[in-house]
Amino acid sequence: MNTKAHILVSIVSITSLLFILRLVRRRQLRAKYALLWLSVGIVFVVLGVSPLLLDKVAKRVGIDYPPALLFLVGIIFLLLVVVHLTWEVSRLEERTRLLAEEMALLRTEVSALPSGTVEPLVVAPQPPAATSRTGSAADLR
Amino acid sequence: MPLVTERSSSRPSTIAVIPAYNEAAALPAVLAELRHEAPWLDVVVVSDGSTDGTASAARDAGVHVVELPYNLGIGGALQTGFRFASRHGYQRVIQFDADGQHDPREVPCLLDALDQGVDLVIGSRFASGDHAYRVGRARGGAMGIIRLGVRLLSGRRFSDTSSGFRAFSPSMVAYFADNYPAEYMDSVEALLLALRAGFDVVEVPVRMRERTAGHPSNRRIRLAYHFVRLGVVMALSPTRHRSTMRGVTP
Repeated sequence: MNTKAHILVSIVSITSLLFILRLVRRRQLRAKYALLWLSVGIVFVVLGVSPLLLDKVAKRVGIDYPPALLFLVGIIFLLLVVVHLTWEVSRLEERTRLLAEEMALLRTEVSALPSGTVEPLVVAPQPPAATSRTGSAADLR
Repeated sequence: MPLVTERSSSRPSTIAVIPAYNEAAALPAVLAELRHEAPWLDVVVVSDGSTDGTASAARDAGVHVVELPYNLGIGGALQTGFRFASRHGYQRVIQFDADGQHDPREVPCLLDALDQGVDLVIGSRFASGDHAYRVGRARGGAMGIIRLGVRLLSGRRFSDTSSGFRAFSPSMVAYFADNYPAEYMDSVEALLLALRAGFDVVEVPVRMRERTAGHPSNRRIRLAYHFVRLGVVMALSPTRHRSTMRGVTP
């Protein structure tokens, strides 16, 4: 790899590492995924800084063309990530479905209550002034 | 207003669960007919994220209404109905279509089978032998293959595996309140689940009408897609079923 490409790869990998760090610091990425992408980012930075490492590893596992090793590992890794994500999406769909069912049933039960039976949800001590009960029940709906 | 009302019939309390997605046009007539032909039957309409006033049409008819916040598909709507039934003390459930396809005069026929100790009764369009109910060729072919699949997987013959006119015993209601399949063509999967869990399933012949309103789901490409999906679900169901039924005994 020539110097220009070397610099380009290093810049790209360091930028993506910084981007992930930013997401984590803003708490927009759950820690488990942050850890995953941070390690990917670190691998890329290491490879960008010392490209000879890839050649050595490829030779060690018996692959003649070093970039092929990169593609192989990359594709397997991405495949595993996507399978994991579809598993999580399925689980989330199942959970939101249960929530929707539960919510619909509770809404029916609440609206079937006689008006006035829904107590206002007040934790602080009640003020002495009389509060309209029906008003509170309507507010809850 | 209490959710369970007094009934004059001596039968165990029964509720008709009607899953409805944008059926405001057909629903009033269906509910009126149900009230006229089976006044002893309580009804809950599960509006599956409808946007056309299905829920208010049902409320106007004076039946129970459960309104899902968004469309879950018929399986999710039915499971909601089973939960409603078991929470409010109903013992048996009739699954009934919102599009006028089912005849309320056939409901006692399904309940009679339940009285004989059956857990799941399927009202079949084809069991009687007179081919009054016509289906298109693609749909008919698909139904035939599903029938064959069910026969291979369960070892039993059913003539109308996708019928949505069914009756459920108390133990079946309790089971499906937690385990009803949520994928499309839920009826076939539900049948297989019930058989595998050791419930007693029978078919009884019923008359069905052509739909009065609403779109039948028979567009070919969609049908083909759902068909393939169902095939995969059916083929994988032995392993699926182990993970979905945690400690439930019939």
